[in-house]
Amino acid sequence: MADMVSIPHSQPQQHQFNPYTENGGTILAIAGADFSVIAGDTRQSEGYSIQTRYAPKVFRLTDKAVLAVNGFAADGNMFVKKVRQRLEWYRHAHAKDMPIRAIARLIQTMLYSRRFFPYYVYNILGGIEEDGTGAVYSFDPVGSYEREACRAAGAAQSLVQPFLDNQIYFKNQTPAPGTSFPGHLSLSTVLSLVIDSFTSATERHIEVGDGLEMYIVLAKNSPSIQSLRDIRGMSELTATEDGERVFVVRRDLKKD
Amino acid sequence: MSIAAQTDSCPRQPIVTGTSVLALKYKDGVMMAADNLASYGSLARFKDIQRLHPVGKYTVIGAGGDMSDFQYIQKFLEQLIIEEFTSQDGHDLGPAQIHEYLSQVMYSRRSKINPLWNSLLVGGFKDGKSFLSYVDLLGTTYSATTLATGFGAYLAQPILRKEVEGRENELTEEEAIRIMESCMKVLYYRDARSLDKYQLAVITADGVKISESRHLSTTWSFAEGIRGYGAQTQ
Repeated sequence: MADMVSIPHSQPQQHQFNPYTENGGTILAIAGADFSVIAGDTRQSEGYSIQTRYAPKVFRLTDKAVLAVNGFAADGNMFVKKVRQRLEWYRHAHAKDMPIRAIARLIQTMLYSRRFFPYYVYNILGGIEEDGTGAVYSFDPVGSYEREACRAAGAAQSLVQPFLDNQIYFKNQTPAPGTSFPGHLSLSTVLSLVIDSFTSATERHIEVGDGLEMYIVLAKNSPSIQSLRDIRGMSELTATEDGERVFVVRRDLKKD
Repeated sequence: MSIAAQTDSCPRQPIVTGTSVLALKYKDGVMMAADNLASYGSLARFKDIQRLHPVGKYTVIGAGGDMSDFQYIQKFLEQLIIEEFTSQDGHDLGPAQIHEYLSQVMYSRRSKINPLWNSLLVGGFKDGKSFLSYVDLLGTTYSATTLATGFGAYLAQPILRKEVEGRENELTEEEAIRIMESCMKVLYYRDARSLDKYQLAVITADGVKISESRHLSTTWSFAEGIRGYGAQTQ
């Protein structure tokens, strides 16, 4: 019995610290022919408590790229901070803003570098590609990504995405005989769809509400500017001259 | 578990704890309230603990959660203020900077799976502007015109929102004191880890003021009329 190894008897299980939490909310982005709309609600919650009615989840990165982050708010804020830092370094090195497809790849590598202690965040990147087309890139927390025409993420993804599939991709619809579905939707149609998505999600999901922030990125000399004329509560955020333009529209959502 | 393992990176648990902190914005600045109790589990262990702490000339932090972690936070913030002062560069740290610094510390500690076990409110007034924000052991941050940590988030925050939201610029100090007192009373009646002794901090253009301990007057005569639970048999 001399070589018998003493087995450490199991200690009373200690309360394990959980470094993550879920802060609710929903984000959404839709790409058009020459524009992109990126939106998110402004409620931040934990469990059944509303922490604040105004915590932005959508951030302007450059004049042609806007990033929406959803999931664990502390990770989200830190991630946006680090992406912005990398974009600033790029600006100092190359004297121009990073193109959106490069930002998308950057975000992938930044997320994957934390593969074994992930940022608990779903990212949606929207903006204008170098060829002037509207773009939406969506990511999972560890960096898998693809370019799409539209994407919803967050608490009400399961409510909003099927609606978008139906209204943007015309899934489960058949065109009237002799007609076809439009290839791209107009900006005013897209804005209406976004507003409807969020009012509906607010009705049916307790973690969605309080406020809506919609960022609109327009390609250089985009004629879509016309449909922004009579939009209530809009302000421009463009920083550079004669390039892409960024606008934000803020709306109230129900607070209950 | 050995002391070495505990101080290394093994997650701990809060030992001596403080309960709720409340704060609101009013006409002249920010007001914060916290009681004087530090509990040891369910034992009311220390009944004269200050949980509101001034940092620099414009800021107060209020802490719930582990009191030894809070003392450590006080210590390194004091060091920070001294370093900032000795540089004599014409700048000093306002509430926004202190909140950002704290957030980074809290987030990096949670990322090392060795959190500082606190919920903190940072309130301040600088350059004519009120500041009020929250940060906790996960590094989660947010701001609003009224904030409450711990049980206060359930019991006091609804009252604070009803009284304050939309009236931030008209509320007087007297009204703010009345609101705080009524909230502290609700907490004392319902939160078993609370005390009827608390302090108020006001941060205005005149700087930081933390009151002497105040006493809550409560009534318990209704208790013997309660039927249906407790010791009564009929």
